[in-house]
Amino acid sequence: MVSTRSKLANYLVVGPFAIVLAFPFYWMLMTALKSQGDLYSPQNVPFKFNAGSPTLDNVTFLFTDTQYLRWLGNTALVGVVVVLFTLIVSLPAGYALARLSGRWGRSLGVGIFLTYLVPPTLLFLPLSRVISELGLQDRLGSLMLVYPSFTIPFSTWLLMGFFKTIPQELEDAAMIDGASRLRTLRSVVFPISLPGILTVVIFSFSLVANEFVYAVSFISHSSSKTISTGIYTELIRGDVFYWGALMAATLIPSIPLALLYNAFLDRFIQGFTGGAFR
Amino acid sequence: MEAVAQARPRGGRLRNALEHRRFLAPALIAPAVVFMALLVGVPLGLAIYLSLTDATAGSLTGHFVGLDNFTGAWDDPNFRRALRNTVVFTLASNAIVVLGASVLAHFLVRDFGRHWLSRMAKWTLRFLILLPWAAPVALSTVGFLWIFDSLFSVVNWTLVHLHLVSRFNPPQWLGEPNKAMAAIITVHAWRLLPFATVIMIAGLASIPTEVNDAAKVDGAVGLKKLWYVTLPLQLPIATIAVLFGIIFTATDMAVGYILTRGGPFNSTQTLPLWAFQTGIQSGSLGPGAAIALYLLPVLAAVSVLMLLFARKVEVT
Repeated sequence: MVSTRSKLANYLVVGPFAIVLAFPFYWMLMTALKSQGDLYSPQNVPFKFNAGSPTLDNVTFLFTDTQYLRWLGNTALVGVVVVLFTLIVSLPAGYALARLSGRWGRSLGVGIFLTYLVPPTLLFLPLSRVISELGLQDRLGSLMLVYPSFTIPFSTWLLMGFFKTIPQELEDAAMIDGASRLRTLRSVVFPISLPGILTVVIFSFSLVANEFVYAVSFISHSSSKTISTGIYTELIRGDVFYWGALMAATLIPSIPLALLYNAFLDRFIQGFTGGAFR
Repeated sequence: MEAVAQARPRGGRLRNALEHRRFLAPALIAPAVVFMALLVGVPLGLAIYLSLTDATAGSLTGHFVGLDNFTGAWDDPNFRRALRNTVVFTLASNAIVVLGASVLAHFLVRDFGRHWLSRMAKWTLRFLILLPWAAPVALSTVGFLWIFDSLFSVVNWTLVHLHLVSRFNPPQWLGEPNKAMAAIITVHAWRLLPFATVIMIAGLASIPTEVNDAAKVDGAVGLKKLWYVTLPLQLPIATIAVLFGIIFTATDMAVGYILTRGGPFNSTQTLPLWAFQTGIQSGSLGPGAAIALYLLPVLAAVSVLMLLFARKVEVT
């Protein structure tokens, strides 16, 4: 049994961390729900709602008078295409690295992982030239083409970790029963690793939603932007600030992502450490 | 056995080839390797080529200029400042992160109680702690732009009402060089802390229970246990967390781009941002590529360290 005192200590340490880390999101929420008058009156106490607040005006403005919905849609579209493509490439690679290859398999796994460490910062200049040679400038296709460069190594790494936790005996049993290796993969290995695959889907998607350098280098046309670049470059114009709408725009995608992260955190840890740090 | 007998003849030559490990493994890995070579290997080579030419935004080729772009960048005071800032931001924010994350992880893995209220409290705390990591960085940085606003900063409002700063001359968090540096370090540390904590939790969770039991038997409790048992076992994975943190901060462009754009007067300039402004906004591809490539030695060093420590984690 853990003493009440020790539990209290947990809350006293973890609580303040949580407050500091979550404060900006509390502040986004407060700002998003305030009226223009409330927000910009210097005599108002900012920690409470004053005259005209709380209101959903900012959210309505965001969805009706800006291209926000379009950017959300673009992000979702790029995310779905990239994640699907990533799975097609990473599922077999992750499985092979976990199971089939011997000595050089490990080095290859590490090699693929190292490409994840090569940041967009090093590659965006040559790639921006390649993108315009291909005529993909200002098109979502440019992001769909380039984003797998970081989602594939990341996903292959995690999937390798998950596949290593599946007992070899399960596969052997299926193959003794006459299933081919591909059939075994399809009807035994992939179904068991579904939670792991789902984890990869969520975290790859969030990498896509996070990406900034490529998005800002390749796309300058307003209607082709993603949330990562659209909100900052389009909603902040000169001296006119729509802070209420801006904060709503930043909060809306963040909350569902954090809920997913929380739900799949243990799986993520399992895959991350299972890869090769074990 | 009957099923095996049936399955064999049905497969074509391709299917039979796929049953052999020797063919199957390369066939499964090949697409990933080819794609990575095309989208990381080739551009990296292209970046090195560009950095040796005077290429501009209009073309992919230029005249060979040797190392002129590298020496040219080095002689520019803005570049020096960017290099120095990149180092300062990376070291300062990661120092904060590693301290914070070790404490936070240590307490987060402990028992919060079995009662459903305690479980819910722990779930909520974990959710709040994960928020900065889950939120897209460009979005949360816009949040900080508002928190550090020149007129309506909530930080300043609080400081003024605590009588810590003057109402008539409040600090301009993004408008004065030193404060802007502090603001950027804060945002980096804030957003990296949850990730580092998660990695460290993974490290703590992988310490076998026998080790804890043995420590107990030997009388190692409290600080003694922390110093002699937990910390040494946690060190390799903590290093992995720091190495990731170094890469994320040293190569990040979003935070600087949104908070200060390198200002005021290039005082918060960083290498990624300077490469972007030179290469994309001014269209000098060659010099821009050279600036970005100054990051390469750091990345190489981090990668080597990462491999060394990954092996160490494996041993424990």
